[in-house]
Amino acid sequence: MDQFILQILNGLDKGSAYALIALGLTLIFGTLGVVNFAHGALFMLGAFVAVTLSKILTLSHKVVDETRTDFLGNPLQVDVPYVYDFFGEGVGDLLIDWSVPLSILAAIPIMIAIGFIMERGLIKHFYKRPHADQILVTFGLAIVIQEIVKYFYGANPIPTPAPEAFVGSFDFGVLLGFDPNAIIYPYWRLVYFFFSMIIIAGVFAFLQFTTFGMVVRAGMADRETVGILGIDIDKRFTMMFGIAAAVAGLAGVMYAPINSPNYHMGMDFLVLSFVVVVVGGMGSLPGAVAAGFLLGILESFASMSAVIDLLPGINQIIIYLVAIIILLTRPRGLMGRKGVMEE
Amino acid sequence: MLGLEKKDFRLLLIVIGLTLFAPFLLNPFPEGSELAQFNAGYPDLMQRFVIFGIFAIGFNILFGLTGYLSFGHAAFLGVGSYAAVWMFKLLSMNVLPAIFLSVIIAGLFSLIIGYVSLRRSGIYFSILTLAFAQMSFALAYSVLTPITGGETGLQLALSDPRIFGEAQTATGNIPVPALFGLEMRSSLEWDVGGWLFTFNAGYYLAAFFMIVAFYLAIRIFRSPFGMMLRAIKSNQTRMAYTGLNARPYTLAAFVISGMYAGLAGGLMASMDPLAGAERMQWTASGEVVLMTILGGAGTLIGPVLGAGMIKYFENIFSKINSTILHDWFAFLPDGLEDIVVAMIYPFIGKGWHLTLGIMFMLVVIFLPGGLVQGGQKLAGLFSRKKAEDNTKSSATEPAE
Repeated sequence: MDQFILQILNGLDKGSAYALIALGLTLIFGTLGVVNFAHGALFMLGAFVAVTLSKILTLSHKVVDETRTDFLGNPLQVDVPYVYDFFGEGVGDLLIDWSVPLSILAAIPIMIAIGFIMERGLIKHFYKRPHADQILVTFGLAIVIQEIVKYFYGANPIPTPAPEAFVGSFDFGVLLGFDPNAIIYPYWRLVYFFFSMIIIAGVFAFLQFTTFGMVVRAGMADRETVGILGIDIDKRFTMMFGIAAAVAGLAGVMYAPINSPNYHMGMDFLVLSFVVVVVGGMGSLPGAVAAGFLLGILESFASMSAVIDLLPGINQIIIYLVAIIILLTRPRGLMGRKGVMEE
Repeated sequence: MLGLEKKDFRLLLIVIGLTLFAPFLLNPFPEGSELAQFNAGYPDLMQRFVIFGIFAIGFNILFGLTGYLSFGHAAFLGVGSYAAVWMFKLLSMNVLPAIFLSVIIAGLFSLIIGYVSLRRSGIYFSILTLAFAQMSFALAYSVLTPITGGETGLQLALSDPRIFGEAQTATGNIPVPALFGLEMRSSLEWDVGGWLFTFNAGYYLAAFFMIVAFYLAIRIFRSPFGMMLRAIKSNQTRMAYTGLNARPYTLAAFVISGMYAGLAGGLMASMDPLAGAERMQWTASGEVVLMTILGGAGTLIGPVLGAGMIKYFENIFSKINSTILHDWFAFLPDGLEDIVVAMIYPFIGKGWHLTLGIMFMLVVIFLPGGLVQGGQKLAGLFSRKKAEDNTKSSATEPAE
């Protein structure tokens, strides 16, 4: 039983990342009808916003400390971050420690701006082209973004630690009456899960309860009619692209402490996210979220040792296997609508 | 000639000429000169040109004609390589049975995957092929280690049986792949003046297969079967209304292109008897998509051009480092030199992927027909009538 709960928990954080990326992909697909292969790159850019902010915060200058000497007997030079000068040591340390959560604030405007530029500059011109062309041009864009990041940050993963307060693990087992250390779960993954739930809830609430969201939903259902009613739907859809980019970026920001960001992390996630979207059903937001968590949890169950003994290698292929089965038995995915991406 | 129209026959002759004289054409600069680093006429790279040419020609039969975008084609290439290496291990070091088996195995494998994947079309087809290829990759990497060699890849060993050949040479080494005694790695070198031309046995074997593959591709393009495949791309529904079932045709195209990939894999293993799982990864599948689109999907010569171009970039362009750049721009005043070098540097050397990505995007945006269309547009600037003919033959709009 404790193993069971542990695997569900393990699946949640990966599932949240899948769900967030798939949600963004579906937002773009549902509104603009574009298959965005560069979405993984947006996720990666988010993670690198966190990297950049922590680099900026730890930017320092050398100060000679007269009280101490180095091994040669010269006065010791100490690196002092600029934030110490601005805010004093206490606040400065706090800022550096909390750089990843702080990056959220930076990531929202940056990612929305990147989304705007992408949509207005490139994707706008591809609405009338075939889906294959959209896939190819965004695939090319993903390569370009990835290579630019590689040029500036190098090819190695850059460790980006979570705040001190979230280091360590939470003992779930005690809470549920199991032995201590039976179910332990890192705090940050818990944070990631709750964070993603908030984002998902926020996106759904935005679409459901605001006038803007109502218009967008109407546009998703029937773009032409909304246009005839005198609403500039293109503008709203561009906004939605920005929001989708921000969702992917935030998923990336918070994922940075779980997995040190490197330039190809986006591509790694992209393939799986597409599988998630297709399993959930193209164009269905709840489907994308549900499929994300479902596949994340299935993946972690498949990597239990008991399962691997029974079916060796199943942990490697479970997601693809499920995708193939679902695509062949339920052609529209779990919650796909009729008439989406069908000839 | 050979059942081809005059125009196609001329194209075939050009391709034959280019591949036969490649050792000369790719080595235009004398040894030791400044520009010798741009020479691509060494066996390893020339082999790659033709092998990836075969791979791309095959991919084009599926994508260029039917419009089905497969994102998992590298799996067939990988399977072909494994099959060939197993033949080297079990049978003999002769390359013919190895290549033959790799084509057959890749064909069977693509029959299974194609039969399942082709139940869907559009992006679902792409995802299904991607899923199958990633599954094959993951399995080859982990569970199937006894068959595939896992992380280290499948390699020859002295203890292999090789029932029709020798397990080890007289000197106690592992024998090398050969065609009835002609070793694949053996080369004839010809030193003329400052030039050094290398004629490699493996290259000519691969080139022979590429010419055959190219000839077959022309025949397929011009056949009623090829017409059916184009019909699938332009309007599958209408095809169904006229009472034709599209499935057998697409499946046949899928299997043919899978066999082409298997041939490429078998040749790759023949040149260097190794097979690794990374050949099946989806990035490898993405590469052949890049090659085909860059050259021109749906055109005959495009994929070969695209393959050559990407491989040339990967091997030659990527070697340029900042010292070489500084040498080139040494004639500029100092400050300006640094600025120019700093501006160019991100795009070359290790950054060649960036150039490739940008080039690929530009091609997709402005030249959906690839470099071939670009060439035709250029030619069209000079003769108006010719341009009209060409636009007819090169309409390439991938269907859903």
